[in-house]
Order: sequence, then C-alpha cells, then structure tokens
Amino acid sequence: MIVPTMADMMAQGKQPEVLFWVGAAGSFDDRAKKITRAFVKILHQAKVDFAVLGTEESSTGDAAKRAGNEFLFQMQAVTNIEVLNAYEVKTIVTCDPHSFNTLKNEYPSLGGKYEVFHHTQFIKKLIADGRLDINNSVLKDKKVTFHDPCYLGRANDEYESPRVLIKRLGVNLTEMKRNKSTALCCGAGGAQMFKEPEKGNKDINVLRTEDALATKPEIIATGCPYCNTMMTDGIKFKEKENEVVVKDIAELIAEANNL
Amino acid sequence: MQYLPNIIFALILIAGVGFFVKNIRKLIRNINLGKDVDRSDNKAARWKNMAKIALGQYKMVRRPVSGILHVAVYLGFIIINIEVLEIIIDGLFGTHRVFQPILGAAFYGFLIGTFEVLAAIVFIAVVVFWIRRNVIRIKRFWNKEMTGWPKNDGNIILYFEMVLMSLFIVMNASDIAFQEAGIGNPISQFVYPLLSGFSPETLHLIEQSAWWIHIVGILAFLNYLYYSKHLHILLAFPNTFYAKLKPKGELDNLEAVTKEVQLMMDPNADPYAAPAEGTESDVPEKFGASDVTDLNWVQLMNAYTCTECGRCTSACPANLTGKELSPRAIMMKTRDRMEEVGANIDANGGTFKDDGKQLLNDYISPEELWACTSCNACVEECPVNIDPLSIIIDMRRYLVMEESAAPQELNMMMTNIENNGAPWQYNQMDRLNWKDEE
Repeated sequence: MIVPTMADMMAQGKQPEVLFWVGAAGSFDDRAKKITRAFVKILHQAKVDFAVLGTEESSTGDAAKRAGNEFLFQMQAVTNIEVLNAYEVKTIVTCDPHSFNTLKNEYPSLGGKYEVFHHTQFIKKLIADGRLDINNSVLKDKKVTFHDPCYLGRANDEYESPRVLIKRLGVNLTEMKRNKSTALCCGAGGAQMFKEPEKGNKDINVLRTEDALATKPEIIATGCPYCNTMMTDGIKFKEKENEVVVKDIAELIAEANNL
Repeated sequence: MQYLPNIIFALILIAGVGFFVKNIRKLIRNINLGKDVDRSDNKAARWKNMAKIALGQYKMVRRPVSGILHVAVYLGFIIINIEVLEIIIDGLFGTHRVFQPILGAAFYGFLIGTFEVLAAIVFIAVVVFWIRRNVIRIKRFWNKEMTGWPKNDGNIILYFEMVLMSLFIVMNASDIAFQEAGIGNPISQFVYPLLSGFSPETLHLIEQSAWWIHIVGILAFLNYLYYSKHLHILLAFPNTFYAKLKPKGELDNLEAVTKEVQLMMDPNADPYAAPAEGTESDVPEKFGASDVTDLNWVQLMNAYTCTECGRCTSACPANLTGKELSPRAIMMKTRDRMEEVGANIDANGGTFKDDGKQLLNDYISPEELWACTSCNACVEECPVNIDPLSIIIDMRRYLVMEESAAPQELNMMMTNIENNGAPWQYNQMDRLNWKDEE
C-alpha cells in the first residue's frame, strides 16, 4: 500500500492537498487498522494527494485531557502543533472523531489552526466535487443501522455526513430509537476505553448494542474506531457475531466500490 | 383607621419584596465565589439563545408531554401576573378592581376571563405534574438523590400553585358584583352557585380572605424561590445567556497549564528563575477543582439554576447502566456545598472559616467522576443549558494534577502517551506498520 509521509513529500519539495491524521487507534489497533487501510484505498480511488505523519505522529492527547491530565494534553498538543506547523499543514482529515474534535476545537488556541474533516465529511466532499462515486449495488438493500459517535454528533453537531454516505450505498438505513443528538454513548469516551467501568448493573456498550439489535440490522455502521471496538464487543457478548457485523463507513464504501 | 388595611398591605409588600431582594443579593454573592470566566463575547448569539431556550422553551418541548404542560404553566403563570399588578394597586390604594373602569367593562371582562381560563389550565397541568411524580412515579423523579427535601420541594411547589390558582377563582366567584356583571367569569361562574348559600356579608368575607391569602401567598412563593429548585424561573434567563457557545466537544485549555508548558518547552527559560520582584505569580494555587470556589461563576450559576428535572440523568449512559454518576446529583451537590460555604461566610462576619470540608469526597465521590464518558448527553438534554460535564472534568483535573489519584489503568494509559505517544504500549517507530499489513 502506497502511503506517502510528510517527510517524503517535503524531501520532494511537495505539499499534499491534505494530511491524513491516522490516530493512535488507527495506527496500532488491529481492528482499527482495517478502517485506516479502507480509507486509504478510498483516497487512492479518488486520486487525493495526501500524506501521513507516520512515525512523527503522536497521540493528540484527547484521552489524557478527558482523564484530567491537562499537562500531558498540552505537552502533546504543543509537540504535535510544532510538527504540523513545520510542515505547513492546512487541511487535516481523520477517521477518529476524538482526534477530529481535539484538532479542530482544542488545538487552535494553542497555536494550531487547521481545517479539519472527519473522514465522512471528507468523502462527502469528494463525492460533491465529482471525484468519487459510491457503487450502490453491492450492498443493496442490506439492513443497516448507524451508531452516532458522541464526538462527531453531539460534540460537533455532525449528524448528516455519515447518513448521506450510508444512503448512497443503496442500503436500507433504520434509525435506533436513540439517534443523532439523543444517541447513547458506546461507553469508550472520556478515557473509559482504557479502564474497567465503574460498578453498575450493565456495561454501556451492551446497552447500546441492544439499541442497535432492536432494529434487526445486518450491519451496524460506525464512524469511530472506539465505537467500532465497543459495538463489536457488544455483538460478541450477545452472541450475534454470525448475524451482525460492525463496519466503519469507510470499510463499507471500500467494499461497495470493490477496493 | 380606615387606612389600616392599606398600611398593613404596604408593610407586607415591603417585607416580602425586601426579604426577596436580600436573598437575591446573597445569591449573587455566592455565585461570585466562583472564578472569573469571560462570557461577554458574541452578544447576538447569547440573546438569541436566551430568547429561544429560556423564553421560547425550545428544549422543553423535545419531551412533548412534560414540555407542553410546562409551556401551559409557564405562560399561564406569567400572564396571570398582570392581575397581580391590579391586586397591588388595589391593596395600596384601597380600590377594588381598579382596572375595570380604566379598561372598560368589555375589555376588562375579556382579560379576567382569559386569566380564569389560564388559571384552570395551570391547575390541570399542575395536577398532571403531581400525578406524574406521585402516582405514575416517573423514574427520574424517584432516583436516589430525589428523597427528602428535593422530593418535598417538587410537591410543595405544585401544592402552592394549586392553591394560588384556586384562590384566584374563589376570589372572583365570591365577588357578587363581578358575577352579576356576567363578563370575565368563564370558570368562576360555575363556582359561584356553590357559594349561593352564604349571606352577602359572608361572601364578602370569603372574597376578602381569598384576596389576602392570594397576594400573601404570591409573596411567600416569591420568597420560597431562593430555597427551592423553583429558582429556575428566574435563573433560566441569565443561565441560557451565559451558556457556552463553543462546540460541546471543546474543553477549555487551562491557561495556567499553558504557561507552565511554554516554560517547560522553552529552551531559553531558566527553570530556577524566581518571578520578578513585585509581580504576582501566574501559578494558581491549584489545578482543577476540589471545592466550589475553584469552579467558575457560570458553573455555580448552573447549580442554582438546576430544577432537578433529571432529564440529564435519564440520558446519562453511566446512570442508565447503574453506575454511581448522576449529572443531576453533581449539580445538586454543588449547590448544597455552595449554600454551606455561603452560610459559613455569613456566620463568620464575611470571611470563610475552614470547615474541613470540600466539594470533592464530602459531596462528590471520585467514583462518580470516573464513571463519566464525557458524551455530552446531559449537556444536550438540559432544557436550560446547564453543563455538568465541565464540573466533572475540572474535578478530574484536580484528582489527576494535584492528587495523582487517577485509577491505575488511566495512569498506565497516561504513562504510555508520555513515553510512546499512544495510549497503548507500542513503539512510536511502529506507527506506520499498518501500511504493509493486509
């Protein structure tokens, strides 16, 4: 897979159209890496001139900030901003709503001002610009439900982009009873991903999976690597892994376009 | 002697309003215990929010049943207050229905008739509210923080409103001249026959009693506000005006930390340099919040504004799965502690005397704080734009940066970020390995 880095680009004296911020999950988590690769295939198909930071990328600090470690967050932010600004990055796209939120909202006051897209927003733009099309026959009439990531939805009021893409897949989209601004969290945000939940009577991802299963889907679509993990675990807990799959929208588009 | 009732009325009015003003000053003092935060930007958007959310009840009607009932009570209560103006003038000057000759019988009748209908609607809505709380027992009114005062407070308000509305109708029904005129009595005309057995003198006594209890009741209710969740009828307006305008996902970057980080990252900075003589140190006494005085005034105003409706808690994923966290309880506990600090200041001649307590641990436990997923469901749900999440994050900041008291797994996560640039223990040099795997 051809994935240019910013360092390569700079060596050739080039400036890519967009920086793909892969994020820690997208770089290291085996499940999330599939989302990363699917999105790169889409970028290739649309002939997007992109680059990644590769080994120069570091955690955005989102999890540290939400866990209360503002020092660590700002250390990460300042370091990342130095790298991004050194490469004169203007536009960033990422598959991780947490990175999206942090880069878009929390970096500017620390000196990092960029135009930041979630991958669903970016793909929607590629389609609008006539650079990409989605084949609507491969997944035709599959029953799909979409789980809104908190950090894309409520946190940044983006509910439409993922839905526009899902509808273009030609699938049958059914909304959960809690959707868009009333969507239930997958249970991973605010650094919960990295710890055991507090004592309770159920895990949040199981409750959310029940919401999804109530729509009787074949596919649960997500737009966040953490949501993906949590919903996949929920499906396993409910022993439904033979009936329902959890897929990121980028993976569904890659599948539909036979990439 | 003939002016005695007017004098008594004036005294009651002055006492009622005076006590209210005294408590409002205390309220403002307590809110100002909070740290400063600048919310003076973007006035146009702020006025719009207030008009839409507080005045327009925009977020209330998202839950249609309670929303529409609430709008009925809200409109009824505001509009009926025009009648209070007449009552005050009558009381002060010894007149009776002073607006009647001024406005003309027809318009006056229309006005009072409207008030009667509104009073009936408010009464019915309040009864339904009572049934929802006490008979249907909607879950959010029976959470564990809703016992004792919070539970009684909710019901007392409903009883108050039932009585005030009834008194208004009784007052009209027992006014013989008003009933005989036959205009403006669409509701009270049905109560009038029930009173027909009484002599005109007794009826007059009933009318006078209803009038007095009504106005004294209104003044009592006004003064009840400060002690009650019902304070939201006033604070909803400034609270929506000063609410955060930025995207919900954006947490503030602590300025004090920015200064420290800049110093740490600056190769030219002398780490041992003492601050210049005569300048105040920029380093705050603490990072994050362990008590109400560490929160900002908007967060404290939020706590006074909270009406304990529990919409936040009923949407909170942690609470829905049986965890300790309840965003409503976060707000209630913040208010309780703020009241305690305020009372302490009053008792000690204007300065706070250490009582060995704080918001953290004595009111809010770390277990509650660590259960939050920062999903913003509570913020989204609040009909008056309260932000419980900001308090949770500020308290986590204290736990982590002052006490190093994060759960062990989070400490590991943070160590990994510090050392490897990722929350997991992977080498940063392996960040691009995904491109060669399939």
